[in-house]
Amino acid sequence: MRRQKVLVLYLANSALDSPVIGWAVYDGTGQTRRMSGDEDTPPYRTGVDALKDGWRLFQASQILPHARGEEFDLAYLKYEFFFEQIVETGA
Amino acid sequence: MSDLPLLSALDMARFVARGFLRFDGVVPDEINRQFMAEVGDAPEPGRHMLATYGALMAKAAIPEAAPGAPLSTIYPQEGAVARLLDLPVVRGAIESLVGPDPVFDHHFLHVTFPPAYYEATGGENVSQHTHQDSTVDPTPGFDLQIMYYPHAVTREMGGTRFVPGTHLRKVSEAALGRYQNIRGQQHMVCEPGTLLFLHSGIWHGGGVNRSDRTRTMFKIRMNPSASQARRFDLSTLAEPARRPIFYMKSPQPETVEQILMTPEPWFEHDTGRLEFINRIQLWRHLVADPGYDADHWMSRLENPARQSL
Repeated sequence: MRRQKVLVLYLANSALDSPVIGWAVYDGTGQTRRMSGDEDTPPYRTGVDALKDGWRLFQASQILPHARGEEFDLAYLKYEFFFEQIVETGA
Repeated sequence: MSDLPLLSALDMARFVARGFLRFDGVVPDEINRQFMAEVGDAPEPGRHMLATYGALMAKAAIPEAAPGAPLSTIYPQEGAVARLLDLPVVRGAIESLVGPDPVFDHHFLHVTFPPAYYEATGGENVSQHTHQDSTVDPTPGFDLQIMYYPHAVTREMGGTRFVPGTHLRKVSEAALGRYQNIRGQQHMVCEPGTLLFLHSGIWHGGGVNRSDRTRTMFKIRMNPSASQARRFDLSTLAEPARRPIFYMKSPQPETVEQILMTPEPWFEHDTGRLEFINRIQLWRHLVADPGYDADHWMSRLENPARQSL
């Protein structure tokens, strides 16, 4: 049986080798239960470090232009990268 | 001029920059004990969690109250919450941040139960997703949320998690639940009688309780009833510091500008600068000075020469 583990990294800019500022892990194998606030140190220094550790990038946020009049409005974290690992669970 | 101990300009700048102020151990033990007695003991484990919570709220001596009334009318005069709100340090900080006569918005008794409660019913003991309270809020001012910790909170008990500096982002409540962890996040570990004053926009969530006792926190949200501008101790407000930027040979002294221009560990490289601009905009609002600037960010953009023909 194969299951997906998902790693979401939020980086300091659009470059994959920029520093990690936020992160989340969702484990489809059920072996770990990650949750909000469970780790204060990023699992990787940069997005590239996650690649080196075997995570496969499958989605990156677009770099969008700024709407006129809303140039200073900030909302959600901007540089979001989704990675996956496919894990053989044997179950 | 108020005779209360109002916040200094530097403390106001800290609130504007980071969205919180901590007052550790300022509530006397007698009030803390009274509050815990008014709340009462949690029911024993074994009932559904919603039923457990419902039973606790039903017997606690905390009034049901509709939003919109003056805060001063909500709590029984000799009750623990009224006594807490009457402490000079609390009155002074409230007046500095939301002005006189704030309006009651809502309150809530946040009780986080230890693992035994979940083990008894098969529920999952998890932390609360990070969120911003209420709704997306594009207004220039803010509401004040006071978190009251009547007993000691250890790291094992979870504590309120919050991310300094996130309060100026215009987000919609639980939409940011995906962000499990953010660099610089803090967990409230504190002594009894600690108050955490929060800007209503700050990103936060309740931590998971892995200890063997319940964790109790009481939150009160209040709205301003008049302008929030110039309510702090104006005698401490200095002329804006004109400082060198980027090329500096030594650390800069602590000023309002130094505080407003200090980044958080999670700041993105580009939007971190927009955070500075949004802090300047909030400071302009709170000192009623539409021409205020720090480190030239607004002067560069508002240079009238750029607009001339």
